[in-house]
Amino acid sequence: MSYLEKLENQSIYIIREAYAQFKKVAMLWSIGKDSTVLLWLIRKAFFGKIPFPVIHIDTSFKFKEIYEFRDKYVKEWNLNLIVAENKEALYQGITPDKGKFECCNELKTNALKKIISEYGFSALYLAIRRDEHGIRAKERNFSPRDKNFKWNYKNQPLEVWNQYKTWANNNEHLRIHPLLGWREIDVWEYIKKERISVVSLYFAKNGQRYRSIGCECCCDSIASDANTISKIIRELKTSKISERSGRAQDKEDDYTMQKLRSLGYM
Amino acid sequence: MKKQDIKLVITGHVDHGKSTLIGRLLYDTGSLAYDKIREVEKVSSDRKFAYFLDHLKEEREGDITIDTTQVFLKSGRTNYVIIDAPGHVEFVKNMITGASQADSAVLIVDVIESLKEQTKRHAHLLSLLGFKEVIVVLNKMDLVNYKQEQFLNVKNEINKFLESINMAIIHCIPISALNGENIIRRSKKMSWYKGAPFLKSLTSFKRETLNNKTLIFPVQDVYNINGETVIAGRIISGSLRRSQTIKILPAEKTTKIKSIEKYPWKVVKAYSCESIGITLLKQLPVKRGDVICSPDKTPLLRDKFSATVFWMEDKRFDKNKEMIMRYSTQEVTCRIEKINKRINSSTLKTIKENVNVLENLDMAEVVIKTKKPIVIANFNNIRELGRFILVKNGNTYAVGIITTSIWE
Repeated sequence: MSYLEKLENQSIYIIREAYAQFKKVAMLWSIGKDSTVLLWLIRKAFFGKIPFPVIHIDTSFKFKEIYEFRDKYVKEWNLNLIVAENKEALYQGITPDKGKFECCNELKTNALKKIISEYGFSALYLAIRRDEHGIRAKERNFSPRDKNFKWNYKNQPLEVWNQYKTWANNNEHLRIHPLLGWREIDVWEYIKKERISVVSLYFAKNGQRYRSIGCECCCDSIASDANTISKIIRELKTSKISERSGRAQDKEDDYTMQKLRSLGYM
Repeated sequence: MKKQDIKLVITGHVDHGKSTLIGRLLYDTGSLAYDKIREVEKVSSDRKFAYFLDHLKEEREGDITIDTTQVFLKSGRTNYVIIDAPGHVEFVKNMITGASQADSAVLIVDVIESLKEQTKRHAHLLSLLGFKEVIVVLNKMDLVNYKQEQFLNVKNEINKFLESINMAIIHCIPISALNGENIIRRSKKMSWYKGAPFLKSLTSFKRETLNNKTLIFPVQDVYNINGETVIAGRIISGSLRRSQTIKILPAEKTTKIKSIEKYPWKVVKAYSCESIGITLLKQLPVKRGDVICSPDKTPLLRDKFSATVFWMEDKRFDKNKEMIMRYSTQEVTCRIEKINKRINSSTLKTIKENVNVLENLDMAEVVIKTKKPIVIANFNNIRELGRFILVKNGNTYAVGIITTSIWE
């Protein structure tokens, strides 16, 4: 079995395990490459028929290509889409200019909080990976959040022999991370192998491309001529810059990611 | 060189240098992104290698590793996943989480301190988790001026200890993680050492092959897909073929496989480790926790077996209290009927006091009684059916392996 096949089979196992334990589940689809791969794996796990909703947390600052891609594949893959927005915060005029920490926390974390309490989800699938950030490297495949969304990173559950934390107390929910063990290059090699469509922003245009996408205002492009998947894979093999170096929320201060995540950020 | 993937855990006592070794390895192999190096240089004046792993503010401020981390490394044609395990006894649960995901293990020992409480406990836990061999690194050779004498003394002591628990040593390497000696290339300061440097030594782990071709397919879930019942799960040993006759345990019903589903395709054959779905010729009641096997070679159904457990709960535990046993996709109510031996998990000495209770960090040889018969195997025959956790009120109390010989 190839390395990619091992990753795929393990991820499908985790996806099915979470669904067997928590029926009230949903997945977060940021429309980026990772969560699009996760969506692909979920379709495989359930034989083409996803038995739960797909949530897009919409800050309203996303690239227009992201919205176009979303609307196209919602139809094509027959997805039950929920768009989560923190309308109040948007109305109050929260923007990245007034502080990226607050903006991410309000428009992403708090938007998600509202949706979870509205629908009563007890588990959420997310496409985070260990190699993205040192804080994410410490995650579990099944990671509990309390009612305030707090991540108790100092006391994480035991995770051994494919036995996961599969019980949620009142108002608690579990974050399910089926792609935790994938690297950026694995994601691209899998996209190539499976011919998965991804947003065009990842491909170089006029010498620039995005390596990680999110809100238009908080993503920097990188200099690159990689305009095909194969060229992206080649580029990654020699790159000395980290994947999320273009993402503002990772850099604001040394522990921003830890603070954001301990409050419930992805 | 052959292309291979290695998942490695670094274990050992507090402050013997686990995180520093991995940080050094990442740095010396050029595996770190420039912006990550700058980030660490910004928060530590002397570029602490452990900071590449210890990302939590609390970890950096306290100079400790709280939770296990996994990092990636590529060298030659080998892909490594390197798992850092915390050394503190308070975080032994996190060490087990890390180590259980590895297929190879390294034990790091401070050449001045030699064997300590957690060195021994980690070695015993590795043994319980199924590791049969380790690479030993003796760290901090810089503090003994790279002298061979101290190395040989400690090596001797470790040899004796690991031999006593049947753990083979593949290499024993003198290193200085801090100064990068014998990490990715041979150290000039220790020319008396003729073996491989650390990174090179890692390719010498033998791949464990249990070579068990017996079909075991635990049912993970049952779905209705367009009116058809699809049984989902992962094959843990053996293989499945379309039209093959199978037996479902514990009901002991027999039927044939109608189709093997691997969306978006149907396949003729599926192998060990594949997550698949199957449909059956006869509509039989099948549920999560059932085990599908071949009719001529089935694991036994038992409601009583012996096991070795490692206890991880602060509260003292009296035998005969009910708990949930979970393994593979199975879940069953059980109790510890008998404690044959209570063992100190660091010294391996038998604990003679309070022989009917278990306390935090105890190891024990026990007899477990389950409420109904379950499909199990000896840990050395089929790993997935021979290892379990014990859960009560949502907390994991213990990990354990089945030691009864139960293969027919």
